Amino acid sequence: MIVYTPENHLPLIAKVEAHLGERLLGREEKSHYHQFKVLAKDARALIQFLRDEPGLGFAMFIDLTAVDYLKYPVAQPERFAVITTLLSPSLGIRVQVKAFVAGGEPRIPSLADLYAGANWTEREVWDLYGIEFLGHPDLKRILMPDDFDGHPLRKDYPLRGRGERGNFPVYHATTQKPQGDA
Amino acid sequence: MGVSGTTNDWATTTLDTAVNWARANSLWPMPFGTACCGIEMMAAFMAKYDTARFGSEVMKFSPRQSDLLIVSGRISLKMMPVLQRIWEQMPEPKWCISMGACASSGGVFDTYTLIQGVDQFIPVDAYMPGCPPRPEAFLDALMMVQEKAKKGQAKSQEYVTGDASSDPARSVAFRTPDTHYRHGADRSTPAKEKSGG
Repeated sequence: MIVYTPENHLPLIAKVEAHLGERLLGREEKSHYHQFKVLAKDARALIQFLRDEPGLGFAMFIDLTAVDYLKYPVAQPERFAVITTLLSPSLGIRVQVKAFVAGGEPRIPSLADLYAGANWTEREVWDLYGIEFLGHPDLKRILMPDDFDGHPLRKDYPLRGRGERGNFPVYHATTQKPQGDA
Repeated sequence: MGVSGTTNDWATTTLDTAVNWARANSLWPMPFGTACCGIEMMAAFMAKYDTARFGSEVMKFSPRQSDLLIVSGRISLKMMPVLQRIWEQMPEPKWCISMGACASSGGVFDTYTLIQGVDQFIPVDAYMPGCPPRPEAFLDALMMVQEKAKKGQAKSQEYVTGDASSDPARSVAFRTPDTHYRHGADRSTPAKEKSGG
């Protein structure tokens, strides 16, 4: 069981701050972990540092998800954020890396070669947010149908869709009885 | 059973009545449980509520050996072609129960990905309200289907499927699977114009 003790996180924070310097946009203490905010171009380097630096050992990939801040009331550095959660089994510490990705054509380096678990989660983020993961081995849709257009979790995607729901083959009621004995 | 006359040891009836009576009391369900309604459906099949009393305890996970489709749960865009394929594989006569709010109307999920009622796409004989419905509601719907079966009625007999080009009278525009998911696409447009990606 992992018990959150803030003092245990201080060496980690110091190492990350020393490594990133100016490139660290901010840090936020969450309920039982810390979140480091960077720009998309620095995210992979930070995650690789967290994984490979002796004494850190964030070897376990927990999750990767994204946020669209398009209509968020508080101003954010960029429109999208890709959030990676990691766990260090040796330290017993979780950490989050929040990488801000510009709108337009959002792009961020893939983590699929660092963590095998990132493969499908990045496909999911691509599917639903349209964030392209550069260097991903097989970036294709995972949840939505293959020929779906658009990325439905973006805040500018209409909730009720753009007519996909009605665009199906249908059994039509007719006045004709089918041929033969039913 | 429409028994015309009885004495101590014999009865007369029409063949249709006898066949319909047999069908109504041996409905073999094809469960299509995609959500929490599926759990209530399982409860209805278990010993306490016991659909075996109605002759329909044989859950067939093979559509070709079943005649009652139970759509229990929400059906997404991606799942609808699967459900339609299963429905088409079931032999006539066949019946369909739309179980719960989601299968009947989309429920609370008025979103881009959810079918707003499976009755838009397959014929439904009995709708079951509830979110999810209790097993009693399930038994009620089952008895409604039995009543229909005894009369030789099925919603599927009012519907036809097929290619509009082969018989224009049958359908205004039967859409091929290729045209799925295209945004606001003209439903009569050939699928070949689909853009890549």
